[in-house]
Amino acid sequence: MGMEILGLPMMYYIAMVAKVLVAFVFVLLTVAYATYAERKIIGHMQVRLGPMRTGWHGLLQPIADGVKLFFKEEIVPSQASTFAFLVAPLIALIPAFITFAVIPFGGVIEIAGYKIPLQIAAYYDTAAGQVFDVNVGVLYILAMSSLGVYGIVLAGWASNSKYSLMGGLRASAQMISYELAAGLSIIAVFMLSGTLSLNKIVELQSGMGGFAWYAFKQPLAFFMFFVCSLAEINRTPFDLPEAETELVSGFCTEYSSMKYAMFFMAEYANMVTVCALTATLFLGGWNGPLTSMMPLLGPVYFVAKVYFLMFVCMWIRATLPRYRYDQLMHLGWKVFIPLALLNIVVTGIIGYFI
Amino acid sequence: MNPITPIINGMKITLSHMFMKPVTLQYPTERPKVAPRYRGLQALKVSHSKAKCVACYLCPTVCPAKCITVEAGEDANHNKYASVYEIDILRCIFCGYCVEACPVDALKMTGEFELANYKRSDFIYAKETLLEK
Repeated sequence: MGMEILGLPMMYYIAMVAKVLVAFVFVLLTVAYATYAERKIIGHMQVRLGPMRTGWHGLLQPIADGVKLFFKEEIVPSQASTFAFLVAPLIALIPAFITFAVIPFGGVIEIAGYKIPLQIAAYYDTAAGQVFDVNVGVLYILAMSSLGVYGIVLAGWASNSKYSLMGGLRASAQMISYELAAGLSIIAVFMLSGTLSLNKIVELQSGMGGFAWYAFKQPLAFFMFFVCSLAEINRTPFDLPEAETELVSGFCTEYSSMKYAMFFMAEYANMVTVCALTATLFLGGWNGPLTSMMPLLGPVYFVAKVYFLMFVCMWIRATLPRYRYDQLMHLGWKVFIPLALLNIVVTGIIGYFI
Repeated sequence: MNPITPIINGMKITLSHMFMKPVTLQYPTERPKVAPRYRGLQALKVSHSKAKCVACYLCPTVCPAKCITVEAGEDANHNKYASVYEIDILRCIFCGYCVEACPVDALKMTGEFELANYKRSDFIYAKETLLEK
């Protein structure tokens, strides 16, 4: 234990690897079972049963799907740009997962006298007595979420197919439009918090028994950020890049086998990330009653909030039809951006006088 | 027009539907309830351990799909009976005209609807298989 590497105790590295493994496996499992949950929830909302045959009430369905996709033939179209075609799913998948590095999923827990903050890119400095994390965590997330679009655009272009190209083009236009509104709507949160560190933002929401959520102070920003995030990750009602009725399957038309599965994993991982980010910024992160007494309640509250938001995503998918392209652009540029700007101005005026 | 209310109303409807009992029938394990007047596979009625059919040829005459083949024969008591009675299920449209046309009420339609088979020849139902069980 006394050993130090680069001025940091051995425990730091062990804790880091453990955190990465736990978070990654957890997100991966959530992604797998999000597909199952989605089919089940939408099924029941349509007064159907959803998957019932593989395992008890279809519980093994994600595994069956995964195995099936894994053993499908890998097809690379002869006219495709092979390297970009192969790399695109990876580019879509990786940013979806690495965003999780800065999201705090719990408070500080103590194991064998060493304090570990439950956030991957963070450590507890015993000398200063506080947690240090990436102090521009939100910027990092915004950067990573906009990287994800490269995967989709590249997939659309490299497939050398008109449907894919249209899907990719739509994805890029849509993401640029909605990223603006999403970014502007969370500026109001930073005006209240005065920091970009996600750990601090969660700490600031810990008042009132863990219910001093920014969602109550910034309901409009909360709503806009959530809707814009849905658009950014191509969830219904904004799933125009893969609109089946018009574009066959959009950017992933030419993909098969595991590469196709990777796009879907990226889509669901993005959903998990966006829900986690919304929970962190607006729903108090891992805060809740009694977290100071039992630090392990933090992750439980956090997961509950994330799962609730994911349920809302699926609920929206079961309810709303897809937007038309002009409606999408109208909503992004003429409704959400002015509203977000107005929200910033109002927050600024109120913040100045109070 | 206010765009938010319809969305909220829709969300309410989907949420309320989530708690309804699903209408799905888990088919091979759960069986559907066949209506009493359902027109499934035909059956030849039996009376005194013999088919009631007298081979009057009214059913092949009325059959719009021309799927019934009847050949008359004479039994030991010099009564007319159907020595051959075949229905080609692949041609049959299950209209039930044969049952309506029958003057001696020798034919009926059952609730049997699982008529899949492996060979084409298996779809021509002979008299023995058509006899009412």
